[in-house]
Amino acid sequence: MNQLRVVAVGHVDHGKSTLIGRLLHETGNLPDGKVAELRAISERRGVAFEWSFVLDALQSERDQAVTIDTTRIWMRTPQRDIVLIDAPGHKEFLRNMVTGASDADAALLLVDANEGVGEQTRRHAQLLELIGVPRVVVAINKMDRVGYDAGRYTAIRAEMEALLERAGASATAFVPTCAREGENVALSGSPHMPFYDGPSVLEALLALPERREAGGEALRIAVQGVVRRDLQRIVVGRIEAGELAAGREILISPARRRARVAALHVWPEREKVTARAGESVGFTLEGPFFVDRGDVISDTWHAPALATSFRARLLWLGARPLRAGDAYRMRFGTRTANVEVTEVERVIDIEFLDRGTSGFARTNDVADVVFSSPQTLPLDGVDEYPGLARFILLDGLDIVAGGTILAPLGPNVSNDLVRVHHLLDADARAGRIGHRGAVLWFTGLPAAGKSTIAMQIERRLFERNCNAYVLDGDNVRAGLNSDLGFTPADRHENIRRVGEVAALFADSGTIAITAFISPYRADRAAARRAAGEAFHEIYIKADAQTCERRDPKGHYRKARAGALPDFTGITGDYEEPQTPELVVDTSLLSIEAAVEAVLAYVEERVIAPARRHAASWP
Amino acid sequence: MTLLDELEARSIAILREAYFRVSPLAMLWSMGKDSTALLWLVRKAFLGSVPFPVVLLDTEMELPEVYAFRDELARAWNLDVRNELCPPETSSDQTLPPATRAAARKTAGLRALIAREKLRGVIVGIRRDEQSTRAKERVFSPRLPDGAWDVKHQPAELWDVYHTDVADGQHVRIHPLLDWTEVDVWRYTQREEIPIVPLYLARDGKRYRSLGEKNITVPIDSNAATIDEIIAELETTRQPERAGRVMDHESEDAFERLRTGGYM
Repeated sequence: MNQLRVVAVGHVDHGKSTLIGRLLHETGNLPDGKVAELRAISERRGVAFEWSFVLDALQSERDQAVTIDTTRIWMRTPQRDIVLIDAPGHKEFLRNMVTGASDADAALLLVDANEGVGEQTRRHAQLLELIGVPRVVVAINKMDRVGYDAGRYTAIRAEMEALLERAGASATAFVPTCAREGENVALSGSPHMPFYDGPSVLEALLALPERREAGGEALRIAVQGVVRRDLQRIVVGRIEAGELAAGREILISPARRRARVAALHVWPEREKVTARAGESVGFTLEGPFFVDRGDVISDTWHAPALATSFRARLLWLGARPLRAGDAYRMRFGTRTANVEVTEVERVIDIEFLDRGTSGFARTNDVADVVFSSPQTLPLDGVDEYPGLARFILLDGLDIVAGGTILAPLGPNVSNDLVRVHHLLDADARAGRIGHRGAVLWFTGLPAAGKSTIAMQIERRLFERNCNAYVLDGDNVRAGLNSDLGFTPADRHENIRRVGEVAALFADSGTIAITAFISPYRADRAAARRAAGEAFHEIYIKADAQTCERRDPKGHYRKARAGALPDFTGITGDYEEPQTPELVVDTSLLSIEAAVEAVLAYVEERVIAPARRHAASWP
Repeated sequence: MTLLDELEARSIAILREAYFRVSPLAMLWSMGKDSTALLWLVRKAFLGSVPFPVVLLDTEMELPEVYAFRDELARAWNLDVRNELCPPETSSDQTLPPATRAAARKTAGLRALIAREKLRGVIVGIRRDEQSTRAKERVFSPRLPDGAWDVKHQPAELWDVYHTDVADGQHVRIHPLLDWTEVDVWRYTQREEIPIVPLYLARDGKRYRSLGEKNITVPIDSNAATIDEIIAELETTRQPERAGRVMDHESEDAFERLRTGGYM
């Protein structure tokens, strides 16, 4: 039978370390002299013999008789090897408890028969599901303290059954024990507890079923990186699920590119054709595909979703409360993404009563949270691919949360779209046209000069034999976006569509010039995502007074009169670009000078690179 | 997957995380069975090569067979082995018991190496089952600026999602063998035919079960002359692995003090 890793959890002082110490002793797993050594240490410290000293090895742990950090110890039995993971029960050390538990296959949950279910009993039970340890053996300990009372055992058992059910876990046994005296620890049938005829703790652990990897069957590999050997680029990573085989077609996300596995590589070299879940592999792809750390390799028939927003459940460990608007870095799979808290949907109370939309989570709370990211992320839910859905949240260098991705959200979720690829690439198009496609995204206040400059640039580029086209606000609203109004949602959608269309223009080899106020950073970031490296944000800058003085369309006048609610520049907010590729200040430059500045930029950044590239061909 | 396959796959994944996330990086190699098996895993992870320097913290007190093994393997495996000469014992914390004080020379050597090479990561082949303070270690274990281990304030480490960022001027210890046991290492050494220092095998009723420096390590009574016999011995023994390491038994807190000070 396979090795089983069992974490002991429960409220502080309910006897976890003692039970483990006793279990090791009774199964002959303590080295010779250990008991004598512990007896000597206990005497030196002037305390009664302490089984917990087997595990609580730190001086501070022995001084305070409390487990501070998780530890583990190996127990060999004729039937199966068990790795016992001791976890602290003190609230202050919850991060160490989850550290221990996150490595376990099953949990041994202890409850003090005298004290009953404690705060940390509840919290630990609740965390087992989040951590992914749903199989539990419950030990109702210190039965000697309640006179081995069957009624007390039954009452705690009923309470624990209900608690675990609410937590999404279930227990295979409820064992009444007296760990200090070894009753029902290794051997069952304590003379003090004739009411109980079930297994001992050890028997219950040995009876736990084999660990089974839950979840999806399609291939998943989070790419760790690329190892260069000779002239080969060997992609390395661990197979999370499914099977990898030479010759098979796979999909690379988030790029959604199809590729074929050329070969699997192992050292020392030998023929290897397939690899399965759990293996750390190296493989090459046919063709010059670009794969990087953080990419997810999948089967073509079931890829991870692509989304910029998702719902997650987490344990908040940060000292400050978690609130909407907070920004963190999230690590999952092999990816690190910037994320922002869109909403703290609910905090799950340790009594499992929904606290409702409190809007924030405090230290040690479990909460459901919606996150968004400026990047499109390849996402899998925890039910299907737990290994890729587990994350840590970083605030600077501090781990402030751990959790699981429940589900991707939002309009950008797509599981089944697989891009069809053109038989031409950007180089081929640039070779014909003489320049690459691009998006020149003009942004700025009304009357800053966007449209005027855009139209002049279009004509000047045309005269230079370039393909250029202006997407102008009013023109687009008359056609493509004629179904949109001016609500906030419609304004976002307006810009989203323009961003996508501009990206298609750029892909076709055209220099698309957009002249939209596009006041929101998030919208401009989405447009940048759509066009990728072809995107150039050009801030047509002018202070509000200058714009209002110009007012060629009379909008400022109308807005002052109250006829244009939410007019950007007066009542709406314009979010200035933080790192635009180019800033053109029209309150300082004439229109002619502004046009020349943009043209010089386009010459250097869009046209010249394609020339250099063309010149490098034989 | 067998247990050995699982341990191997996980260790390789850890080594790759370290390599792709932490730089500059080095690995400690004491020529013992654990760090030699680890070196083998590095070669598996990077398809034959060892993409970072391999360092011996040298007190000039290793047994001659150990130095011979180093030279032989460095040649055969084409390793970039650096010898870091450790400062004399007088530089160690003088309040430590004698053998522990001798062992602390390696802490000082490691500290000097990290400072000089500006290392952000050091890969070390320790295991949780060796010693009870090592049992509390993290796979990616951040260190304070002086290399100390803040055992009371270790960060969470969840699943295989490792926190690999390192604060400026600090380093992280990476422990790819943490989940292996002594007998796992021997079974793996046997399966993969990894070379070992012959001192591990019994001669005249004695063998080194844990290989340390000659001034602070003693061989144990044993007749295990092959790896098979070592495995059989370990399956029944009730002696701890480090029984022959003098420093482990000097005082209750000696090893903890050594490790929190920055020892491996």
